[in-house]
Amino acid sequence: MLGEGILKGLAETAKNFAGSFVSKERMTTVEYPEERLPLPEASRNFPFLVYDGSDWQAGLRCVACQICEKECPPKCIYIEKSKDKKPDYVGKLQIYPTKFDIDISVCMSCQICVEVCPFEAIKMNNEFELATDNRFGGLLLDRKELAKSNEYYHQIHPTEAAEVDARLAAEKAKAEAKAKAAADAAAAKAAGAPATPTPVAKPSEGERKS
Amino acid sequence: MNSLDVKTERVEGWNRPPVIETDGEGELLEVAMGPHHPSTHGVFRMDLALDGERVVRLKPVFGYLHRNHEQIAETVSYLAMMPYTDRLDYICSLTNNWAYALAVEKLVGQEVPERAEYLRVILAELTRAQNHASTIGFLLQEMGASGTPLMYAFREREKILDLFESLTGSRMMCNYMRFGGCRVDASPAWLDAARKVVAALPAFVDEFERFLSGNEIVMARCQGVGILRPDLAVNAGVTGPMLRASGVNYDIRKVDHYGIYDRFKFRVPLGDHGDIYDRYMVRVLEIRESIGILEQALKDIPNGPVMDPKAKIRGFRPKPGEAYGRIEAPKGELGFYLISDGTPNPYRYRVRPPSLINLTVLEDMCLGSNVADVVLIFGSVDIVLGEVDR
Repeated sequence: MLGEGILKGLAETAKNFAGSFVSKERMTTVEYPEERLPLPEASRNFPFLVYDGSDWQAGLRCVACQICEKECPPKCIYIEKSKDKKPDYVGKLQIYPTKFDIDISVCMSCQICVEVCPFEAIKMNNEFELATDNRFGGLLLDRKELAKSNEYYHQIHPTEAAEVDARLAAEKAKAEAKAKAAADAAAAKAAGAPATPTPVAKPSEGERKS
Repeated sequence: MNSLDVKTERVEGWNRPPVIETDGEGELLEVAMGPHHPSTHGVFRMDLALDGERVVRLKPVFGYLHRNHEQIAETVSYLAMMPYTDRLDYICSLTNNWAYALAVEKLVGQEVPERAEYLRVILAELTRAQNHASTIGFLLQEMGASGTPLMYAFREREKILDLFESLTGSRMMCNYMRFGGCRVDASPAWLDAARKVVAALPAFVDEFERFLSGNEIVMARCQGVGILRPDLAVNAGVTGPMLRASGVNYDIRKVDHYGIYDRFKFRVPLGDHGDIYDRYMVRVLEIRESIGILEQALKDIPNGPVMDPKAKIRGFRPKPGEAYGRIEAPKGELGFYLISDGTPNPYRYRVRPPSLINLTVLEDMCLGSNVADVVLIFGSVDIVLGEVDR
């Protein structure tokens, strides 16, 4: 019969139309600003810088190695190195960025900077409501706007953050153990060879290593 | 413009359809269709010469979306090029990732762990399913079924995109595959969610087919329109569902066995007329075959690492050499050709885009048909302008 296919098709649409009143599964949309779907944990938008502790300037993990700047596909990161040094999470003296800008109007949310960072300093945020009326300055984020606490990182990516913390703790423990071993060896050497005239210099060398 | 000019443009020996004879009365009408025509899927222009309603000449004009893709590759590192490949064919970024990863892995002789291979197959087949579903939706939209089929297709696509987001972090710009594996591992919960989506797919395809395949309007508009003969398809280098709809059995998954495709049982659907309806049908059947592959892959996926521990993220420098990696992307053969000179950047990077090459036969399919059918024929080619223009 001519038109049978059309009628069959219309029956499908009618089923879907009527079904949307009965079954909640058929209602596939949400009323966005009032109603929000939870974001998946892996979701990413733009990068941010992680800091430990309460002071963002002292706790910034970034050591201005500029690997992310070099690897960034659209080249949206700009870093200036500091002249002086400050201690990082294991206590080693490192330089830090005096300037760290990300132009999020250029950034393409690819996560390459996160992957190449050897210091777990840059991570992906999942905040997406970033509309601004300032087209240039409003989208150019400096290091103060980029800095987010480690607690915030735990909040948005709990599993990943726990892994990172475990890795950093292991690294720190390793560094401490190494420093301690070096100090012990130096002390043993100092004790085993009292004839050496400079026993004072050895512990100080161990301290420097830590 | 005189209608006589049409005849002199034919090239000898090139299997073109017969020249459209005009009655010689009146002038040809030249119409620029696009670049902002809604049926062109982006920015693409077709310069048509019309004799009444019939098309006697069609000149495709593209390049409106040119972004210097290949040149950018020569200035950034191999890894940094991966997110750019997402932006080629933005409907199916994961297959683009795979093709590029395959080319680089060939270049450096990198091994890929078992679990990563399975994940790649799962993601590629999900991509194929959602690409074909949305392509059919767009095709029906262009046929005048405004909204409903497209929304049904997008409802299903949404579920697959949610899977992509929860695994890779992004819905469309996934940037997931790496040289030597995949970036993150899929959790058991993700695999369960994927099984659930795959289990619901056959019901969707059935509904879609009940809805459309027997529809008289669809048949009247699609059957016998836009015929692509197999010899021309082969000569022009057409690949993918378009080639198979013309009856040529050529599927790179079967020919190359790249990845681990030799382990899965699946059939290659073929058409026999090469018209729009066959292209529609081949895509529907390919979704069904993809579901079969997905079921097998999700059943057999082994445990283990997803990244080769020897693979390097920083300081990646392949030895001088060249490689060509290709896969069966949802739109056809997608290939990446790379030349390395030992530096961190490729010396030459070339994409073989299926969309562009499938588009070269557009004029041959359109000659003699009505303007309204041009929109349909163009839609059945299944192109993404991001890949055509690069």
